[in-house]
Amino acid sequence: MDRFKPSVKTWIQAAGLVFLVGLPPAASALGESFYIGLSSRILIYALAAASLNLVLGFGGMVSFGHAAYLGTGAYVVGILSYHSVEGSAFFNWPFVLAGTENAFILWPAAVVASALLALLIGAISLRTRGVYFIMSTLAFAQMMFFFFTSLEKYGGDDGLSLFARNRFGSLDLGNDAVFYYLCLGLLTGFILLSHRLVNSRFGMVIRGSKENETRMRALGFEPYRYKLTCFVFSGAGAGLAGALIANQTEFVSPSLMHWSVSGEIMVMVILGGVGTLAGPVFGAAALLLLEEVLSQYTEHWMLFLGPILILVVLFAHNGLYGSLAQGKIRNG
Amino acid sequence: MDYSLVCEQVLNGLQFGVMLFLMASGLTLVFGIMDLINLAHGSLFMIGAYLCAMAFQKTGSFLIGLLVALPGAAIVGIVVEVIALRKLYARDHLDQVLATFGLILFFNELTKIIWGPRALFLDVPRSLSGTVNIIPGAPYPAFRLAIIVVGAAVAIFLYLIITRTRLGMLIRASATNREIVGALGINVKLLYTLVFGLGALLAGLAGAMAGPLLSVEVGMGESVLILTFVVIVIGGIGSIRGALLGAVLVGVIDTLGRAFLPAFLKLFLDPATADGVGASTASMMIYIFMAVILTWKPKGLLPAHG
Repeated sequence: MDRFKPSVKTWIQAAGLVFLVGLPPAASALGESFYIGLSSRILIYALAAASLNLVLGFGGMVSFGHAAYLGTGAYVVGILSYHSVEGSAFFNWPFVLAGTENAFILWPAAVVASALLALLIGAISLRTRGVYFIMSTLAFAQMMFFFFTSLEKYGGDDGLSLFARNRFGSLDLGNDAVFYYLCLGLLTGFILLSHRLVNSRFGMVIRGSKENETRMRALGFEPYRYKLTCFVFSGAGAGLAGALIANQTEFVSPSLMHWSVSGEIMVMVILGGVGTLAGPVFGAAALLLLEEVLSQYTEHWMLFLGPILILVVLFAHNGLYGSLAQGKIRNG
Repeated sequence: MDYSLVCEQVLNGLQFGVMLFLMASGLTLVFGIMDLINLAHGSLFMIGAYLCAMAFQKTGSFLIGLLVALPGAAIVGIVVEVIALRKLYARDHLDQVLATFGLILFFNELTKIIWGPRALFLDVPRSLSGTVNIIPGAPYPAFRLAIIVVGAAVAIFLYLIITRTRLGMLIRASATNREIVGALGINVKLLYTLVFGLGALLAGLAGAMAGPLLSVEVGMGESVLILTFVVIVIGGIGSIRGALLGAVLVGVIDTLGRAFLPAFLKLFLDPATADGVGASTASMMIYIFMAVILTWKPKGLLPAHG
């Protein structure tokens, strides 16, 4: 019944959504259209953080390699766009796969590629527990990082510039406000889907396995399969974020897969509040805005960001969003 | 393939492994005993290298550099432990990751402010700048040999401390059950601070000795940190023996891979492709090795508790 009474959580979410929808016109009116680009970036990282939060927050699987899926999604967009501009095929055997700049093909392809990668990595990593799991996800991400660094054809270390943003039907993605609303729509869609997922029977099994795997097994569930499915879904979400970030910056490079990116996404999740649906959005916004604001005052902004993160850990136990909504947010 | 070249590369691998061991032993102790994931361990490595380089530039003596770097890193480690990390032992691993990630940002920026963004130069000490004819026909740099000797000495020293002294006994006991050790009247807080300081000192030593071989620059700690985590996971967390075995394996595999894989691939591929594929596969090899080990032994080669 609680869902019909507007709680603190509902107010925060509604206010946040109104703010996000109204942001581009407000920014343009104030002549600060720079903030539209920054906000799109925040939304994209929020999507990546929200996908990580599915495995980390609800499934208790601490993946330290989510940059791999982000980067894979970005590279699918980058490589196929490159071939489209060059007029060549990605491969000719066993069938011809030509390049394209059509988002309706590229983005699903990015999602599928990341999901397949997550299936492979998850299937192996999920055999281990705890810190060993953390480190094996990191190891696989490092492998992907070095793999893409070695692709000389696609720029190797230096990365690959996109000719333009992808074609998305009649929408002009080159327009920052249009692109922003698309990101906002995809992020909202992903969060709603996650909400359905974590409150479904499937989600209950995932959360149950986080609490006590032995008990879930005794109840007749095989947690491994559920966790792997969740891991794949999470990788797919990060892949979509990767396709978006490639479009936003019109550039892909192995630095997207650097381990520090995995670390940053994880920091966003923890900062916002682990295991809350809106937390990652708050975390991404807080981290990127903090970077932006501090860097306007001082070149040495990291000197202040570091201690701020430590203070958040020491004093805001449930993360920013978690503390705001005062712990009544277990069910998302 | 040249026999002496292989020997030389194996020694290089051993030297690299020994350096990783100095890092890994501290990290694995902190991890195994305090249950703390310390991402900032690499920062202590960097601080050791910078302190050594600074003292070396002022005095021209590598020995004085070491004498500044070791206590310096230990003091920084102890201060950080007392101010921030002590409060995190009882916390979730995730909180520890976030807080120590913050520490990395802080230390990287602080280093940039104090010593500037450009890499510092640290030369091999004059007394060790020569070569030793340890392999017939291939003179080997004395400094690298000295690193192997120091690493071996540290390994023996740690083994003796942990198995033969009262301190070691307390360390082992509090790894098993902190409350009981505390109830027996031992100051566990102080013990943890000491262990952390010891780990920081070893990281500082590794950094100072790596200074002449790598470039002393901001961010040098992070790449070593990741390798160190790979080492302790392969060896088994909390186990010094595991850290030694893992470090030597990782060091040798990584060095041999980088040295010989491109040449090996040239037997099958054209030279340009072989160089590219060889270099990236060589970088991936230790991670592949780790994945294989974890599938075979999910708790590492020599786990601390059974």
